[in-house]
Amino acid sequence: MSAIAPVMVSAPASRLATASPPATASDIPQPILRLIGVSKTFNGLTGTLEALQPVHLDVRAGEFVCLLGPSGCGKSTLLNLVAGLEAPTTGQVIANGKPVTGPGPDRALIFQDGALFPWLDVRGNVEFGLRQAGLSKHERRRIAQRWIDAVHLSGFERSFTHELSGGMRQRVAIARALAIDPDILLMDEPFGALDAMTRDLMHRELEGLWQTTRKTVLFVTHNVREAVALGDRVLVLAPRPGRIIAEFVIDLPRPRSLEDHGLVDQARRITAVLRESSAEGHQTFGQASGAPAFLPADALANK
Amino acid sequence: MQPNLPVVRSAPVSSGKASRQPARGKQIALALSVPLVLIAAWFVTTEAAPLFRPNQLPSPTQVLHTAAELAAGGDLTRHVSASIGRVLSGFIIGASLALLVAVAVGLSKTVERAFDPTLQAVRNVPSLAWVPFLLLWMGIGETPRITLIAIGAFFPVYVNLVSGIRNVDRKLVEVGYVFGLSRADLVRRIIVPAALPYLLTGLRVGLGQAWLFLVAAELIASVSGLGFMLIDGQNNARPDIMLVAILTLALLGKLSDSLLRAVERRALAWTDTFQGR
Repeated sequence: MSAIAPVMVSAPASRLATASPPATASDIPQPILRLIGVSKTFNGLTGTLEALQPVHLDVRAGEFVCLLGPSGCGKSTLLNLVAGLEAPTTGQVIANGKPVTGPGPDRALIFQDGALFPWLDVRGNVEFGLRQAGLSKHERRRIAQRWIDAVHLSGFERSFTHELSGGMRQRVAIARALAIDPDILLMDEPFGALDAMTRDLMHRELEGLWQTTRKTVLFVTHNVREAVALGDRVLVLAPRPGRIIAEFVIDLPRPRSLEDHGLVDQARRITAVLRESSAEGHQTFGQASGAPAFLPADALANK
Repeated sequence: MQPNLPVVRSAPVSSGKASRQPARGKQIALALSVPLVLIAAWFVTTEAAPLFRPNQLPSPTQVLHTAAELAAGGDLTRHVSASIGRVLSGFIIGASLALLVAVAVGLSKTVERAFDPTLQAVRNVPSLAWVPFLLLWMGIGETPRITLIAIGAFFPVYVNLVSGIRNVDRKLVEVGYVFGLSRADLVRRIIVPAALPYLLTGLRVGLGQAWLFLVAAELIASVSGLGFMLIDGQNNARPDIMLVAILTLALLGKLSDSLLRAVERRALAWTDTFQGR
């Protein structure tokens, strides 16, 4: 049963990100999300930061893709580009066949702290996006209640967000995002601030929601086991400059247990790749991992 | 969905607001203790062991007597209602304008760079400095008085709301973008509610400032209002009338602030902030 298929397509690692899309992509009829040579460079006061080297990525509808990497690897930047909160320096993001030019309700974003509206109660938060869709009060109430029930928050409709625990807040954020029926769910380290037990519970609930709604999920995390527990695919990113260095297809049966041998093995393999890349980084730049992410001045001159 | 899942159903975390406060009666007693001591000292120094002459500092009973006299003659009511009317109209005009300007400045760096330096300069003009010019421009009447009060109410609301808007969590605004909010909806449904604590502070300070500017406004050839009562008392060497005016101003200022505070408490029930110990 331990059908592990670690498709490591990372040799040489640094070139993968700029290479053409993997061959498997052509088998997929219509990816719901396409990134074509998408890169991001920030111009700061102290120089230019190459946050993300050109990325090619196809995500098929209903797929759960995890973006895994240490801080500064550009995984959140990648998510913001897909959300449309930032414009790519080069390349194009195509969602549902249409180029992304800004944020839209087809791509719902969930932040680490939930980013709930503290002046609204749980129901008000979940209904928030529905009002924009022009639904009647009755209809809003009905849909919101369905999602409040789905994330197991029945009975807390009138609670304010500061009365909720961290896990409950994330449930509200998930319900608020799902209520507007997006095609793609973008999750930026949504469980990063939760304790291990709550996180484990949230994994199972998210998986349940994903199985019933069949939403496409792009999930950013720095937790290797979390990525392996949730993802159909895990894309490993490395920092300075931010780039995708490896891709793993996770073929373990669901729901997955964090104690499962297959999962632990897979996680170990991914951790090794991460460690190798950070060691490489040290050689290349001769800097400690806490070194500033901005490139030296000669990199600026080449532009 | 997954009925066998353990559902986290811990009781909502108590904010502890209610438990930390002493009983209502005790609170009122504590609040009244300072004024009562002051009045007692006033009584002792004017009547029991006179330190002041009555034409310097009239006694509490004398002031009370004058107040009753003014109230009976209808003068006090007339002055008080004139002043309240001016403060209210000036405050409403000034605060509404401040709301519009603050939203424009808060939303746009360009608008801020254009207007804020000028506004900050104008803000520092003392209230009395406006009086001669307002008279010159608007003549004698209610217009310059209400304008002056509006100026007084404008700046606290403006300054607080701008900093409130600039303190709105960027992620909340991004959630608004993701949900496809228009600019007007973004202001109405996210920015103003998120900046509400600052706005309410601004309104409270603005209302207080409106009362401060009122006296300056009623120096403008007034025949009514508490400011006029002050001047009138001074001109007729009646310190008791002056004290009635001052105490009434203090009382009205406190009452109007308490009113806004009650509104604030209701409107900000959702905040989870330090309440003092």
